[in-house]
Amino acid sequence: MKRFLLLAACVLFTATSSALSERERAQHALDRLAFGGKPGDVDVVMRIGVDKWIAQQLHPERIADQAVDVRLAQYATLSMSSAQIFDQFEKPILEARRAKKNNPDEAREMIAPQNRPRRLIADLSAQRLIRATDSERQLNEVMVDFWLNHFNVFAQKGLDRVLITSYERDVIRPRVWGKFEDLLLATAKSPAMLFYLDNARSRNGAINENYAREIMELHTLGVDGGYTQKDVTELARVFTGWSIRRPNEGEGFVFRRFAHDRGEKTVLGVHFRAGGGMEEGERMIHLLAHHPATAHHIAYQLCQRFIADEPPASAVERVAKVFLASDGDLRRTVQAVIDSPEFWQPKYYRAKMKTPFEYAVSAIRAVGGCIDDPLPVARQLQQMGEGLYLSQPPTGYSDTAAAWSSSGGLMARLNFATALAENKLPGVRTHNSDPKKTALFLGSPEFQKQ
Amino acid sequence: MIDRRFFLKSSGLALVGGALIPNVFVKMANAATTKGRKTVVAIFQRGAVDGLNVVVPYGEQAYYAARPNIAIARDAVIDLDGFFGMHPSLASLAPYWKDRSLAFVQAVGSPDATRSHFDAQDFMECGTPGVKTTDSGFLARAVHGTSPLRAVSLTPTLPRIMSGPAGAVAMSEISRFGVPGEVSPMFEQMYGSAFDAAKLLKSTAPQKLQPENGAQYPANPLANSLKQIAQLIKSNVGLEVAFADVGGWDTHAGEGAAQGQLANNLRNFSDSIAAFIRDLGSRMGDVVLVTMSEFGRTVRENGNRGTDHGHANFMLIAGGGVKGGKVHGQWPGLNTLYENRDLPVTTDFRDVFAEVLTKQLGVGSMKAVFPNYQPKWRGVLA
Repeated sequence: MKRFLLLAACVLFTATSSALSERERAQHALDRLAFGGKPGDVDVVMRIGVDKWIAQQLHPERIADQAVDVRLAQYATLSMSSAQIFDQFEKPILEARRAKKNNPDEAREMIAPQNRPRRLIADLSAQRLIRATDSERQLNEVMVDFWLNHFNVFAQKGLDRVLITSYERDVIRPRVWGKFEDLLLATAKSPAMLFYLDNARSRNGAINENYAREIMELHTLGVDGGYTQKDVTELARVFTGWSIRRPNEGEGFVFRRFAHDRGEKTVLGVHFRAGGGMEEGERMIHLLAHHPATAHHIAYQLCQRFIADEPPASAVERVAKVFLASDGDLRRTVQAVIDSPEFWQPKYYRAKMKTPFEYAVSAIRAVGGCIDDPLPVARQLQQMGEGLYLSQPPTGYSDTAAAWSSSGGLMARLNFATALAENKLPGVRTHNSDPKKTALFLGSPEFQKQ
Repeated sequence: MIDRRFFLKSSGLALVGGALIPNVFVKMANAATTKGRKTVVAIFQRGAVDGLNVVVPYGEQAYYAARPNIAIARDAVIDLDGFFGMHPSLASLAPYWKDRSLAFVQAVGSPDATRSHFDAQDFMECGTPGVKTTDSGFLARAVHGTSPLRAVSLTPTLPRIMSGPAGAVAMSEISRFGVPGEVSPMFEQMYGSAFDAAKLLKSTAPQKLQPENGAQYPANPLANSLKQIAQLIKSNVGLEVAFADVGGWDTHAGEGAAQGQLANNLRNFSDSIAAFIRDLGSRMGDVVLVTMSEFGRTVRENGNRGTDHGHANFMLIAGGGVKGGKVHGQWPGLNTLYENRDLPVTTDFRDVFAEVLTKQLGVGSMKAVFPNYQPKWRGVLA
């Protein structure tokens, strides 16, 4: 019954007029294209003009963001190469384990806390929270969140703990406004993904299906995209040899010719003659990136993120067309979502439930809170079921109300709201003249939505 | 019988000695203070556990031929019936197998062919394999009581299996389920019945109950969930169905055999369930615990000493009324495989749950629980 209260509240709160007012448009833009507004932001967006503000947000490279850059400088691991990170965070563990063969606890004790891999995820989480809360490039952060989740990597799977820093910084962030194929290819060749979905170990005569299945099910075609088990197995053969260099060989992707299955293959109707190499995988990436099922799948997910849990088919179709016609241009595809009449329909105004990440960040923004120490907030997100970098399954986190409406989730949000309003949320500073009123506002059904 | 000695040794931990005692919990039912209230506890092993390395067909040569590196050796399994043996990491459950309060079902699963984790979990939790439009979970559809804590999921978010009309609540910590302070009454007004469960927890304070009978829960999330489910059961709050999940079973690489990745996960799994059974003691007579996983894994190991996505799997069932000490289900053998790679499904998972929900919770008709399906009871409960 409890989850229905939230759901019902979402349904009830639909505006009845035929078009959004200018103020509502500004609010809607801040809700969906940013992590909510800070005090006064609606007026700022209205002053700039909603359309102009959106146009600015679509070009984050033109928006200055020094204040955030300065704050991020304190997190030293964010700018380290994977090789540096490996030397500082993985090698000591391996050495300690060798020294204390039979006692993993003792081995851990040999390593100073600031040199344990946990710090890498802590720095990354801090960075995500600071950027989501305070970056001027709000839509950029929304897209980073979207694509990191789309190409999910679980940071606690073995070596991924030392690979994920580079994954976000060098693979995802530079490509969220580029071509989908580039993003797909970059993830396919990223050590983090190659390790997470086991392709690094897949080799001729000893294939591993994990990545081949997920690239079609999750990253491109979608689960109903028309591929078969045979396609999964054949695509796994195509990707044999796509692997990771050993740390002493330098960092990054390597194609191991000897591990590649050079036999004939047929995937999704495409025939490969015997004797092929890495170009087979690249050709399949190209094909998958331009497949109509992929266009539909990506369009659906973007519309689900930006418009509604059950996005209108008309919008999905239009966005899919733009995706295909623009060669998978992600800026134009996102623009197509925002330009959809459906995006601005009053029935979708405040109709999306915030995920825990969106809730926490938007609450801190709403009260003008200042994050001194992001880690306690990161821990709260973990308790709410959306720990950053901690989605174990390759599906990532859900973006729909059905996944997040629960009584337990509600209690967690109410506690977060109360603590934040009373300036008792660890790591966050805020000032309220009326904490009780603020708590009730942040805990209200309306504020759970965007 | 192979490995009889190991079995006897490991079952030295048994609470109740002596073999061939028909399920001790049958006699104990209603003896303690659960006031005859019955509970079903379901555990989901997310990620597709490799059931062939849990309930091991060690009597079948094809098993060893298919898994040169990761098979559980004959002398390592804990013998169950001369053909199947448990993974050695399940040693803490051996006493309950021996006193016949614990059984397995082998070659059980969903008839749908998908090998997508997400779809397969969804189909299983909705109780409608192949149908994507079902908007509630089958456990939620089996609940009929009125307590605000009749359906509880020990998870941070409400899983599909518990969503829907039951009004299930989700929580990862009982102690944090509620809002302290002076704004609480106003939130209660705002959200109404959402606070009923919180109020009941506040007045009964289950989190203060300590484990009994010397039960020691290991330090892992599943154990933490089960410990709290036991607290709810002991508090007589009207709990009908409880749910917990545990991940880490997607062993595509480096699965290990008697030791290793799967072995470590199974030890946590087994020790958590064993602690739960021990903690509840005679109250376990009113509880049936069932485990499930979205699909099994390939019969043959892959190139990375792991296994890929397969089809049929195992289920574990323990508690009052369970026809224990038996591996239920029809064993299809490993010579004719589903799509030439996986263990075929010979028992629909809905058959097991239909019997449990009917006999344990007294659900009159399965029509709403498993629409468009005629479950066949398999005799897993007395």
